[in-house]
Amino acid sequence: MALLHTVNKSPYERNTLESCLNHVQEGDTVLLIEDGVYAVIKGGRAADVLASVKGVKIAALSADLKARGITADKMIDGVEVVDYGGFVDLVTSNDKVQAWL
Amino acid sequence: MKLGIVVLEGPYQHEASDTAYNFTVAALEKGHEVFRVFFYHDGVNNATRLMVPPQDDRHIQKRWSELAEKHNLDLVVCVAAAQRRGILDEDEMKRHGKDANNIAPGFRISGLGQLIEAGIQCDRLVFFGD
Amino acid sequence: MSDVKKFLYVNRKAPHGTIYALESLEVVLIGAAFEQDVALAFLDDGVFQLVKGWDTSELGAKNFQPAYTALGDYDVQKVYVERESLEERGLSEDDLIEMTYEDEDDDFAEKSSIRIVSREEMAKIMADADVILSF
Repeated sequence: MALLHTVNKSPYERNTLESCLNHVQEGDTVLLIEDGVYAVIKGGRAADVLASVKGVKIAALSADLKARGITADKMIDGVEVVDYGGFVDLVTSNDKVQAWL
Repeated sequence: MKLGIVVLEGPYQHEASDTAYNFTVAALEKGHEVFRVFFYHDGVNNATRLMVPPQDDRHIQKRWSELAEKHNLDLVVCVAAAQRRGILDEDEMKRHGKDANNIAPGFRISGLGQLIEAGIQCDRLVFFGD
Repeated sequence: MSDVKKFLYVNRKAPHGTIYALESLEVVLIGAAFEQDVALAFLDDGVFQLVKGWDTSELGAKNFQPAYTALGDYDVQKVYVERESLEERGLSEDDLIEMTYEDEDDDFAEKSSIRIVSREEMAKIMADADVILSF
């Protein structure tokens, strides 16, 4: 019963990502959307936390990365970039979705 | 797959409305059935036809209305949330003795049961909010 | 899949700062009529929704706390509250309102709906749901 978790808050403003990561289970996917994508920036405190997560797929929405000027070279490794169609695929390939609003 | 989509935030104020729209378009392009888009909390404000955004910006209400027409989408606005925020159709306008209504084409006002029904009927329910 | 789905309402927001808590509660009240398997989860700032002693008179807003205590009448029997979220906020179970239901399998004995669970258990509760309504 894999879960897709969406996180839409900057980890530097709210503890949403932290709370999400405290509740993920092996095989789950965390998709960063909207201001949630700021977590992937290399050297950032949140990126260190993300990089330490094991057994969970981390993805980020390309439209939100691009809109915020976060290019591939600024991102930590191990984050899968998906477009809206990829977002849809993550929704259908997981059993359900928890939005960490 | 049969998808239900829930929009909890208003247009322009929060990106949730854009994300929900872009997600819906992508789901339709992939051949999924969008059973219903349910607008709740400030999300009901997406349904006012009186919004007049600058011409060089997206028109969030029109975008939803056009998508609904093209794909025969069921855009449902929660009645209780809509009443609080002044989103009315003609029936609601008359019932409450108001002098205007503002609901856009393609949207309909109904109860929260429509959200629960979407939860029961759909394979996935996806929330977009703050 | 059977006709009855497991609905889990996830409440993570404090009660008065935004309308999320109140309007989420309204969904639960309406949803009760649909005879699904309903559970409520309170974690992060959502635990503040259940802290007793609200007085909203000076704020000038409706005090909707009584609606939580009435949930038992709507056959809501499972209210999961995360222990870590309480502790991080300086709270314990004693700070929470009473929520009860009548157990029809036990001669309608009045029982507490509130179950304090660990973070790990909360993760399992989410994994176990069929539909998650996130507020």
